Amino acid sequence: MLDIRGLAASINDKPILKGIDLVVPQGEVHALMGPNGSGKSTLGYVLSGREDYEVTAGTVTFNGVDLLTMEPEQRAAAGVFLAFQAPVELPGVNNANFLRTALNAIRRAHGEPELDAVQFLKLARAETKRLAMPDDMLKRNVNVGFSGGEKKRNEVLQMAILRPKLAILDETDSGLDIDALKIVADGVNALRGPEFSALVITHHQRLLDHLVPNRVHVLAHGRIVRSGGPELAKELEKSGYAGLIAEAA
Amino acid sequence: MAAVTETLDTVQSVTQSGYKWGFETTIEMDFAPKGLNEDIIRLISTRKEEPEWMLEWRLKAYAAWLKMEEPHWARVDHPPIDYQDLHYYAAPKKKAGPKSLDEVDPELLKMYEKLGIPLKERAILAGVDPDTVENTQVAVDAVFDSVSVATTFQATLRKAGVIFCPISEAVRDHPELVKQYLGTVVPTGDNFFAALNSAVFTDGSFVYIPKGVRCPMELSTYFRINARNTGQFERTLIIAEAGSHVSYLEGCTAPQRDENQLHAAVVELVAMDDAQIKYSTVQNWYPGDANGKGGIYNFVTKRGACRGARSKISWTQVETGSAITWKYPSCVLHGEDSVGEFYSVAVTNNHQQADTGTKMIHIGKGSRSTIISKGISAGHSNNTYRGLVRMLPSATNARNFTQCDSLLIGDQCGAHTVPYIESRNLTAKVEHEATTSKIADDQLFYCRQRGLSEEDAVGLIVNGFCKDVLKELPMEFAVEAQKLLAVSLEGSVG
Repeated sequence: MLDIRGLAASINDKPILKGIDLVVPQGEVHALMGPNGSGKSTLGYVLSGREDYEVTAGTVTFNGVDLLTMEPEQRAAAGVFLAFQAPVELPGVNNANFLRTALNAIRRAHGEPELDAVQFLKLARAETKRLAMPDDMLKRNVNVGFSGGEKKRNEVLQMAILRPKLAILDETDSGLDIDALKIVADGVNALRGPEFSALVITHHQRLLDHLVPNRVHVLAHGRIVRSGGPELAKELEKSGYAGLIAEAA
Repeated sequence: MAAVTETLDTVQSVTQSGYKWGFETTIEMDFAPKGLNEDIIRLISTRKEEPEWMLEWRLKAYAAWLKMEEPHWARVDHPPIDYQDLHYYAAPKKKAGPKSLDEVDPELLKMYEKLGIPLKERAILAGVDPDTVENTQVAVDAVFDSVSVATTFQATLRKAGVIFCPISEAVRDHPELVKQYLGTVVPTGDNFFAALNSAVFTDGSFVYIPKGVRCPMELSTYFRINARNTGQFERTLIIAEAGSHVSYLEGCTAPQRDENQLHAAVVELVAMDDAQIKYSTVQNWYPGDANGKGGIYNFVTKRGACRGARSKISWTQVETGSAITWKYPSCVLHGEDSVGEFYSVAVTNNHQQADTGTKMIHIGKGSRSTIISKGISAGHSNNTYRGLVRMLPSATNARNFTQCDSLLIGDQCGAHTVPYIESRNLTAKVEHEATTSKIADDQLFYCRQRGLSEEDAVGLIVNGFCKDVLKELPMEFAVEAQKLLAVSLEGSVG
């Protein structure tokens, strides 16, 4: 269970998050919506430990452990995965090698044996096949020369291979066509289970048609201004955020 | 014969007339007194049992050296070197080393462990004296191993007609070859350090590949008997006759314990028609401590001559060690359609300084060269690429492609690119591309978010950056070099 209480964070002394309370119970998928600049991506970065952000108040625990004191790689080992809105390019670093290094680092942290190249490729190929991605995705350098859609799909592939306990998807659906959108939804749905929870940041109801969330939250001006069931997303699609923000102000 | 006797006499008169230390008595004293003069050179030549022509060659080089000045155009900075305060001859086997691994710097041992070097080899690399009783088992086993491996290798090579031996042996056993080629690529008066080396060199390799022979194995100094104590002034000469192939590996990924601060090696390569020489180096001499104290000055002249048509010389280097590196492995492309290649990774960390690059001199019609240089700077270090591409009037349709990339880690280091391009033939084409980048915080965060530690992330990104060069290394070397890069940059971030 992800438990966020009174979380406030700023970047360069500018407050972005101003007291967030949010609980995502184990096994649930929650959607986080809200206008541009409301702090959605910041929340993703703060949860995963990006150093540019300063936490000024509040606590975050995940399955009972304090996330905020942990290094980013320790959070990853604890099962936190962030699908980046703008995935980073790593020139000369082969995707398969990158993923195997990451998976083995996490396995090491859990005291599990590392996978050799053959074992890893078997596992990775099974995932590319399931997600209907070409095998050469693994051979290419991490995100280098990838189209926007390929980058997003690569994030989903990484998630499928690393099997996180908490996935934070930061607008992974943005700029995707319907088919690619389905891949993202399928990627999350495949992981769904009692041990998995997800926080899906999105602007679009479309994704939530394929990925029915347990709860929907609306973030505005650094605070959760409304929470509800899946129907809330539909309502927002019709009426927009303006009314909500005015209400909260 | 008379000349040798005369030299011996001279040496004896030197030793008896006033030098504080003799060389003929106890083990500890088997080195020449400090300083450089003609008598010291005579002593070296005598100790190496050299013919007279070799001594004359050395003396000529010494005379040239006396008139030369230490070069200061490189972007490196060091206190003045007192050339009279160095030993120019020491019998290498009898140098006193640590008695056991317990006496070796624990930092050095930690590094060996990280590089995955077997315990036996660690002792040898650390310079542990194999004659010491406490350590007999470890070191002697290892020595026996390498001797037996080397012997098997020598038999295979002999069968193929390949000569691979210490250069001092070649001077005695193959004087006609040495006379014909030594100093023809790097003349004795080429530069200050090459002249010094020509006067006083004591060790190094000699390789001769006969016509049409493809050398049956990669030649490595590691497998050469008595290569364990490579000298301060190494001299290497490789000759590839028409249609022959050879791949030569120099160095070792392990940092080597070494008492000599100044290293001035010379390497000469000669490739005849259709011959190919591939020369790979991993240089990891002691770089000094984190504050820039100590460390080797590595001032090296490496040059290959593509004398024959369609001949090819390829230099691949991974430079991570030494306090100061001054090194420009070059190709002189005489032959029509001959090919020169230079692939380089130079890493500097802490207070290291590297000024390295290449020269491609195009003389032959249709000659081609490729330069791929990757410089990585971290800490307070300075890393300079300096390269010359020269197209002579005869170099019709010659081509060069140069790619120089620099990667900065942190904000206290420097990367500099100094390309010189001279073209005197209108049909020749020269291309130069250069980039400078930093390991971005978002790249590091991306890797760490996926579970990699910061150091693993840096290692991965740096290896990616160097991929084009590392893939040119022979397989087993490439794997070691990858590990070495990561280890060299440890602690450079955060």
